[in-house]
Amino acid sequence: MSAPTRTFQRFTRGRRLLRFAVYLLSLAAVVVSLRTVAIIPEFLADAPHQMLDLLTRMWPPDAGHYAKGVHQALIETLHVATLGTLGTVFLAVPTALLATRRIVPWRILNRLAQLILVSSRSVNTLVWALLCVAVFGPGAVAGTVAIALRSIGFVGKLLSEALAETDTGPIEALRAIGAPWPSVLAKGYWPQVQPAFWGIILFRWDINVRESAVLGLVGAGGIGMALDTALNLFYWDRVSLILATIFAVVVLMELLVTVIRRRIL
Amino acid sequence: MSQTPPLDGGAFTAPSLVVRNLVKAYTPGIPVLKALNLTFDSRGLTAIIGPSGTGKSTFIRCINRLVEPTSGEILFKGQNLARLRGRALRHARRRIGMVFQEYNLVERLTVLENLLCGRLGYVPAWRAWLRRYPPADIAAAFALLEQVGLDSLAVQRADALSGGQRQRVGIARAMMQEPDLLLADEPTSSLDPKTSVEIMTLMADLGRRRGIPIIVNIHNVALAARFADRVIGLCRGEVVFDGPPRALSDEMLKSIYGGQDWLTASFQQT
Repeated sequence: MSAPTRTFQRFTRGRRLLRFAVYLLSLAAVVVSLRTVAIIPEFLADAPHQMLDLLTRMWPPDAGHYAKGVHQALIETLHVATLGTLGTVFLAVPTALLATRRIVPWRILNRLAQLILVSSRSVNTLVWALLCVAVFGPGAVAGTVAIALRSIGFVGKLLSEALAETDTGPIEALRAIGAPWPSVLAKGYWPQVQPAFWGIILFRWDINVRESAVLGLVGAGGIGMALDTALNLFYWDRVSLILATIFAVVVLMELLVTVIRRRIL
Repeated sequence: MSQTPPLDGGAFTAPSLVVRNLVKAYTPGIPVLKALNLTFDSRGLTAIIGPSGTGKSTFIRCINRLVEPTSGEILFKGQNLARLRGRALRHARRRIGMVFQEYNLVERLTVLENLLCGRLGYVPAWRAWLRRYPPADIAAAFALLEQVGLDSLAVQRADALSGGQRQRVGIARAMMQEPDLLLADEPTSSLDPKTSVEIMTLMADLGRRRGIPIIVNIHNVALAARFADRVIGLCRGEVVFDGPPRALSDEMLKSIYGGQDWLTASFQQT
């Protein structure tokens, strides 16, 4: 009976201790957080009742208000999203080219372009909108510019990655042919990133419709403005109408983008 | 500047490409090519054989500068290719066609447009962007498609083609450049034996018809012996054999590749 007893342990003793410590710390963090947020038990208990109250005030939605106060704002929102996306194409494509080392082999330019992409992404659309309202005044222009500025980072980053992942073979062949740089771009890179490009633009357009719906909360035009007004005046039936409208538009966008994508890719 | 060689062949032997002391070291101090000295006639097919990793690919890529030579001279049409930069390099590259192992076609473009890519060194970029290729180039592309037997596939996308068809497109694209020299880097390595022979035949034919020299990297000794007018054996970055294919003895092959167990199996294919 001297068969060696082979045991299997996923972690060493040290690692097991470490894992236990992490569990303990997580638990402690939850306890501390609960005490810090200071939940008021009465309010918590009251919540379902309040929720029900809100829902009854919201129902039925004030459908008659749509033509007067919502439709125009909704169209404006769609304009803001679409124009913003279009604007971002012109800004993001050059930035993406500059950010891709294989296309522009100067480190400093790559870094600069990457800095632009990161700063565009690190600021939320609402914050961009606040800044733009300060510059352009309240309204759809501020919203459009905010959408465009926020999207540079998204579109530029993804496009730059697509460019970096292209097959080097055709590029090498075109260089060996003696093609100038713009021709290599047009016939070597562009055919390869084309599907990714349209995919990215459509995806961002879809996101921008959703984002532009809330921009009105900070005065940057669109349906968010109508929502803000309704909230401030406690017109809950209008609030529910606007929320339902946004929901419907987002679903329609999703369907539309799926159809277009299937058509062109 | 480009002389038209006589059509009777044979007698014309002015050197077209002269390589002097060509060194390439990817890591300083460890040269892959050790001071190569080679002269290529203005016609005929030269096969470069040798084991993998011996610098065949590096050598051929040094000629059109897809790889930067460390030192040495590459004289072609009165220019030292090793020294050229920018526009001068592009203009020199226009005269050198290249065929690749992996074909390197632009997959999402049609066969016809892949051929037209061979003219990109001459066609202004805006014309390429707008697909306004000169009518003469389009006519030349159709003519070449017929020569390589792909005229029925002109509007197919390149990614719909088989390996052999793709390589035909690759050769036709190189021929679109109206090159003075054709380089081929393992053009048959991704193809089956029958297609390999067809591709080599096509390349040798087109080269002969245009009266241009062809330099082919190839690791299939039988194919090299069958199609080449001259064989160069490279081993560890040095020329160890240079002569007509009939001078390739088993002894020679042993010294190029090392060992002999493989010989019976692979060389008997001829």
